[in-house]
Amino acid sequence: MNLSVNIAGVELKNPVVTASGTFGFGHEYNEFYDLSELGGIAVKGLTLKPRLGNPPPRIAETPMGILNSVGLQNPGIEKFIEEEIPFLRKFDTKIIANISGSTVEDYIAIAEIAGNSDVDLLELNISCPNVKAGGMAFGTCPKSVEDLVKKVRAVVNRPLIVKLSPNVTDITEIARAAESSGADALSLINTLLGMRIDIKTRRPILKNNMGGMSGRAVFPIAVRMINQVYRAVKLPLIGMGGVATGNDAIEMMLAGASAVAVGTACFTDPMAPVKVRDGIVDYLKANNIDDVNDLVGQVILHD
Amino acid sequence: MAITEICTIIALKQLSPTHFDMILDAPKLSEMAKPGQFVSILCGHSRTLRRPISICDALEGTLRLVFEVRGEGTEYLSKRKVGDTLDVLGTLGCGTFPILDDDRPVLLIGGGIGAPPLLYTAKAQKAAHAVLGFRNEAAIVLKNDFYNACETLMIATDDGSFGAKGTIEAPARLLLSKNKYSAILACGPKPMLKAAQSLAEEFGIPCWLSMEERMGCGIGACLVCACKTKDENGEEKFSHVCKDGPVFPAEYMVW
Ligand SMILES: Cc1cc2nc3c(=O)[nH]c(=O)nc-3n(C[C@H](O)[C@H](O)[C@H](O)COP(=O)(O)OP(=O)(O)OC[C@H]3O[C@@H](n4cnc5c(N)ncnc54)[C@H](O)[C@@H]3O)c2cc1C
Ligand SMILES: Cc1cc2nc3c(=O)[nH]c(=O)nc-3n(C[C@H](O)[C@H](O)[C@H](O)COP(=O)(O)O)c2cc1C
Ligand code: FES
Repeated sequence: MNLSVNIAGVELKNPVVTASGTFGFGHEYNEFYDLSELGGIAVKGLTLKPRLGNPPPRIAETPMGILNSVGLQNPGIEKFIEEEIPFLRKFDTKIIANISGSTVEDYIAIAEIAGNSDVDLLELNISCPNVKAGGMAFGTCPKSVEDLVKKVRAVVNRPLIVKLSPNVTDITEIARAAESSGADALSLINTLLGMRIDIKTRRPILKNNMGGMSGRAVFPIAVRMINQVYRAVKLPLIGMGGVATGNDAIEMMLAGASAVAVGTACFTDPMAPVKVRDGIVDYLKANNIDDVNDLVGQVILHD
Repeated sequence: MAITEICTIIALKQLSPTHFDMILDAPKLSEMAKPGQFVSILCGHSRTLRRPISICDALEGTLRLVFEVRGEGTEYLSKRKVGDTLDVLGTLGCGTFPILDDDRPVLLIGGGIGAPPLLYTAKAQKAAHAVLGFRNEAAIVLKNDFYNACETLMIATDDGSFGAKGTIEAPARLLLSKNKYSAILACGPKPMLKAAQSLAEEFGIPCWLSMEERMGCGIGACLVCACKTKDENGEEKFSHVCKDGPVFPAEYMVW
């Protein structure tokens, strides 16, 4: 049985990666299982300079999901290169550096540094709803996506994934803009902007007032968007948004994802990514499928 | 180091209209437990987030948890039956209460649901005195346990229905002026922690505070449970309650 998938020329030993920001740099979950079990690890979103992040509370529970407003707290790209890459390289898994900026210049600068470091893939986050400047602002208009992706493409030779925001009217427009500007792969979806209010205090639960929604509740939205994007572009897709079981992963692959990322599900069950992988294997066995790639995009739409 | 253990409930008792006392069969977690640490419990299939609850005691393969019903998750826990199992992640927190090798007792200051972790902490010390604050008489929990674990116990209630009326400050000050303590260890609402910190400063003794924050992963990966601290050089940053805490040296807190 073949579990390996190819994303922009990089072979992942299985189609399960972690979703940026839910997995830190892997140290904590490595206490639960060997990180080599995973196809890849998308690390916490990195910026040029260290970022403190937003004030707490940074999380609120929602029906079958959560809102977060972490705001890209991270030690900065240099420290990541010095301290975290050597750690992650001890494992037989691919490193996906998730990078963000608040200006085009920022994005170019961090992309250049990250592109010259020992990572396997770059994931350009143009979809973070939790930072005031940049983030999602870049990812919601095709023109600015084109401009940014072109400039970043020009300075990196590593495979470039562009991470899309679901907070748009037509995600295929954005996907096409990323494809025509030189993206090698797309990942989707980032979190959906949401809000929760404490009815006793009449205050939003998040100190940031709003935050990004993720977890099982967003799964059908993610599946829909992945299928729309799959039909609009030729690039390989990393699907994410509410994946918690092997069957979820299969569904997302049928919609068009070549690989899936597991994020919020780790909070419920630290073993979630490994269980998702095992669930994929079970499905393949039960259905006599030899190659996981045979699933990709195989949904049969109604006329 | 954290693990998940499927634990059977071996006792569940109601302590007050809203407080519950739960004993779990937890051979692995009870071995790992340190004073000030907590566990994080899955509350049914419909809730994404686990609920953090402090370790109130760890004895002979069991964990004792004392919790107040605040919302859906803790209500779910309160409705379990003896023999049911819970998926428990633990033991969590690298910042724990120190166990002091000192002939002077520690002074424990706790309030409301901040009292439970201080019981395990009291038992680990050579000697402990405690001042506990509660809303009213009905909200008092663990009185007998603290009475047995501490040389001195004083209780204050906001409405004066039991013990001293008002906050813990006056009784704590009284004890601090009569006795010499090695440290103040505190867990409770923010105003109480601040009071504990300023009393410690006033009497010139070290102080540790246990912080609370909403959590995601519970193990240090998601950076959700931020709490502002400063380092030796006064530089401010966000530490994380689940991993760096929940107990922090008071001098590092930024309010
Ligand atoms: C380190 C630590 C130790 C704790 N120890 C105890 C204890 O020993 N006994 C006890 O009764 N309570 C304790 N708490 C508080 C307890 O975690 C909350 O009361 C509980 O999570 C509320 O869940 P709920 O579903 O009933 O409430 P809801 O309000 O419905 O919860 C919604 C969400 O907010 C979170 N949340 C709400 N209030 C708090 C809070 N005060 N702290 C952290 N998260 C919160 C919940 O975990 C959940 O994710 C502790 C909290 C922390 C951080
Ligand atoms: C706490 C938290 C932090 C996140 N941080 C980032 C980040 O730094 N960069 C990024 O591109 N996405 C970030 N995300 C989005 C996830 O990578 C993912 O796209 C989203 O959560 C949907 O997947 P899930 O439902 O499996 O979590 C974060 C999500 C969460 C819950
Ligand atoms: S809850 Fe994830 S870092 Fe503390």
